[in-house]
Amino acid sequence: MSVRILYFAGLREALGTAGESVDLPAGVATVGALRDWLAAGGRDKLASAKNLRCAVNQEMSRPDATVRDGDEIAFFPPVTGG
Amino acid sequence: MSVRVQEADFDLNTELTALRAGDARIGALASFVGLVRDINDGAGVSEMTLEHYPGMTEKALEAIVAEAKARWDLYGALVIHRVGPLKPCDQIVLVAVTGAHRGEAFAACEFIMDYLKTRAPFWKHETTPDGTRWVDARESDDSAAARWRV
Repeated sequence: MSVRILYFAGLREALGTAGESVDLPAGVATVGALRDWLAAGGRDKLASAKNLRCAVNQEMSRPDATVRDGDEIAFFPPVTGG
Repeated sequence: MSVRVQEADFDLNTELTALRAGDARIGALASFVGLVRDINDGAGVSEMTLEHYPGMTEKALEAIVAEAKARWDLYGALVIHRVGPLKPCDQIVLVAVTGAHRGEAFAACEFIMDYLKTRAPFWKHETTPDGTRWVDARESDDSAAARWRV
C-alpha cells in the first residue's frame, strides 16, 4: 500500500521536508499507526510534536482514521489562521 | 465564488458592494476584517508569512460556509483569506454575510470566523527582534469554536 505524506509549518521545518511517498507494511492501517511507523523510521519529531493534527485526503481526521492505498495524509501543528 | 485564498490584498468596499448588489431581500450585511498586529505574545512583529495547505484550505472554508448557511437563513457569504508575506496593518481575512436581519448576520459572521480559526489549515510565521517563530494556537480559539457545538 502506497500513500503520499505531507508536512506543514513548524513540523515541515523540523523534519526538513514537505512530504514523501511511502510504501506501508501490512499492519499500518490507521493514521495513528502511520505516525508511529514514520517516527520509528527516523521522523522523530512526529513522536515528540505536541497536539499534532492530521488530515486524510484533505479532511481533518482523528488518529483512528483508516489509511487506504493512494491516500494523501497530512500532519501539521494546530492551525493559526484568521 | 464564496471562498478565495489569495496573496493579493482586497478592497473592502468593492467586495461588500458586490456581495449585496441588486438583492433587495438583504436587510443586513455583517463583516469582519482580521489585521496584522505589530505585537504578539509580548514581542514586536515586523513581518508575518501565512502558509497554507492548498486544496484542503479551500475545501475547509467551503465546508465552514456551508455549515453557516445550514444554520442561518443567509442570502450570501464571502470569505477571503490572504497567504504569503504580510506586514503590520495589512488585511489578513475578510468574512462577510448577508441576511434579512442583523441577528443571523452577526451570528453567522462570528461563527465562520471562530471555525476558520480552528479548522482552516493556515499557519502564521512571524518575524520578531529575536528572530522568526511559528505562532502558537490559542486555547481561547478552541473554546470560541466550541461554543457553537458543531
